[in-house]
Amino acid sequence: MATTTAPGPVRPTGPPAVPAAAGRRARRRKSRRLLLPYLLLVPALVLELGVHIVPMLVGVWMSLLELTQFHIRDWSTAPFTGLENYRVTLDLDSATGKDLVHSFWVTVVYTVASVGLSWVLGLAAAVFLQRPFRGRALLRTLFLTPYALPVYTAVITWSFLFQRDTGLVNHVLAQLGLVDEPPFWLIGGNSFWSLLVVSVWRSWPFAFLCIMAGLQNVPADLYEAAAMDGAGFWRRLGSVTLPLLRPVNQVLLLVLFLWTFNDFTTPYVLFGGAAPREADLISIHIYESSFVTWNFGLGSAMSVLLLLFLLVVTAVYLLVTNRRRAYA
Amino acid sequence: MSKRHLAVLAAALVTTASLAACGDSGGSAGEAAKTLTYWASNQGASIEFDKQTLQPELDKFEKQTGIKVSLEVVPWSDLLNRLLAAATSGKGPDVVNIGNTWSASLQATGAFVPFDDATLAAVGGKDRFVPAALAAAGAPGKPPTAVPLYSLAYALYYNKKMFADAGITNPPATWEELVEVGKKLTKGDQWGLAIEGANPSENSHHAFTFGQQWGGEWFDSSGRPTFDTPQNVAAVKRYIDLMAADKIVNPSNAEYAQNQSVADFANRKAAMLLWQAAGNNFKAQGMSPDEWGVAPVPFPATTPPGGKRINSMVAGINIAIFKHTKNRDGALQFVKFMTSDEEQIILNKTYGSLPSVTTAGADPAFQAPEQKVLREVLTTTAAPLPQVPNESQFETLVGAAMKELFADAASGKPITEALVREKLSVAQQKMGS
Repeated sequence: MATTTAPGPVRPTGPPAVPAAAGRRARRRKSRRLLLPYLLLVPALVLELGVHIVPMLVGVWMSLLELTQFHIRDWSTAPFTGLENYRVTLDLDSATGKDLVHSFWVTVVYTVASVGLSWVLGLAAAVFLQRPFRGRALLRTLFLTPYALPVYTAVITWSFLFQRDTGLVNHVLAQLGLVDEPPFWLIGGNSFWSLLVVSVWRSWPFAFLCIMAGLQNVPADLYEAAAMDGAGFWRRLGSVTLPLLRPVNQVLLLVLFLWTFNDFTTPYVLFGGAAPREADLISIHIYESSFVTWNFGLGSAMSVLLLLFLLVVTAVYLLVTNRRRAYA
Repeated sequence: MSKRHLAVLAAALVTTASLAACGDSGGSAGEAAKTLTYWASNQGASIEFDKQTLQPELDKFEKQTGIKVSLEVVPWSDLLNRLLAAATSGKGPDVVNIGNTWSASLQATGAFVPFDDATLAAVGGKDRFVPAALAAAGAPGKPPTAVPLYSLAYALYYNKKMFADAGITNPPATWEELVEVGKKLTKGDQWGLAIEGANPSENSHHAFTFGQQWGGEWFDSSGRPTFDTPQNVAAVKRYIDLMAADKIVNPSNAEYAQNQSVADFANRKAAMLLWQAAGNNFKAQGMSPDEWGVAPVPFPATTPPGGKRINSMVAGINIAIFKHTKNRDGALQFVKFMTSDEEQIILNKTYGSLPSVTTAGADPAFQAPEQKVLREVLTTTAAPLPQVPNESQFETLVGAAMKELFADAASGKPITEALVREKLSVAQQKMGS
């Protein structure tokens, strides 16, 4: 950590008989120097507390209350129910518990598929755009467009494309003679795939951007040396590119995982609030459990469980990847 | 000053600034007395249309009272969430429109000014309002927390030309007839009936009406949900079967949630539509008023045991005042203004709805065939949705269950009684938790 080595690198090295006044000045300067980093951190800490930590703690508190429409105006009147909301959530025989588990697995599959595909697409595009050629800048810009578009507008446009009767997707499929009966994309089983396509479309440019930046740090002579040793494309990718991208990938995959797992806007806009069962992501499920049924305590309990799950996954991930790096 | 001093100063400045930003930035009381914030629901064909309709009236109000009203038209998909957020935070608008079916639910939050007799007197008194509409403004026996603004009812809209082309002379009066003519009218790209299958609110309104006709109740006398009774199952199945069994509804309607069914009717893709005061919406979409006819929503040919002669909910929009307002008197003046005869006539005429005050109904603006049918339904065969605090959960949960059923029907899955019961049971269990 930088902070442990920062203070006091320039110890006064004068003769031992320093006048008392000068010693005090030096001490004061030293204590100020010790204090400064913390002072500089204060604004960030205050904002972090205000934006993240306090709302999170409020959420935990809410999860212990029976916070329904009768009490939302004045929370102090909400009865304290302890872990009752958690009991309801985790009661796997009840409709609520079953639905949550279903939604959890949908989200896991969705996240793994979306992050995997985004990463592969991002890596492929970044590797192919590594060497200069005509039109490279144009392609780079083009690839980043989905990332630059406002989410809401982009997803609304997708929802138009996916309409059964008037959507472009079915129009193209029909023109190509691939389908006889136009399929539904926004309801039923296909809705999962629609959601996945939109999600990958949205997040792969970020993977592309990060990997592209990471590739700038791979020295070109490594590739030259590998090529001289007779390494082909796949060998160079496996033995040079990927190992050197490890730090980038470690952060990238984690961030993509967290974003995708928590993604609310995409399903909410795509399905207009009530997601089909096949695409019932956990974030939207929690939203429905709290806003739709006006049971904010229950929704908070689910959110806290989600937070714990993500914390555990993140911790395990960091532990495993860091250990591997230490061994490497 | 040294660099370090500067850095410390900068840090301190940022800290205080960010702390100050967390504080209350509300205006002074004097300022509040001259302004009001009003969230209007989307009544016309678009948000823009509503802004253009309401702004001149708000300007008129400002001229009369000196109170400036800043308007926001909130789409229906956001309105309930926005109201909840405002109720929770105690910040937000002073005056709001609410769907009258949410009355009891929102009343339970305690976030709205109750219209007790004294408060009602300030806006013209209880007797001013149409009784059926006022009955849908809160739970029975408690002072309502809103007053009715626009009144509506469901009706059956039909395309006259399509009916004539198919040799049908009269609009159907029973569901059996509706299915029969629907089958005649379904050919090629044209469908008998358009339905808003993915819209939970629309679905639940029909669940209520069909439920009443089939002898079902969605809540028992103590306010507990009774979703999966045989009567309700039969009622919901009858509605879904219009698509699933009778096949007079385009399966695509299973994904309609943005009023595409109205557009389908206006664009001659469907011959019939069950809707509230849709005339002006048709006009905005280029369908002339003599192209369509209007009739009451059908009944079953033989009344099922316990069935009631109800063919619409008491639909409508209420206007409410948040308790957190800093300008209660101004807000009451505004409510009085909006429910005045003059404004009731202007606004209801524009929206094709009915006045919620007794003194404005006689105006010639409301004697057109559509308004006559709506008024007839509203006064004789309409019932308010259950005025229980859980009502909005009923709308969202049962409505969403029906959305799933439509999705199943659209993909060719058989809609059995068991399936309908299962979906309704799950919805009911979610109410309990």
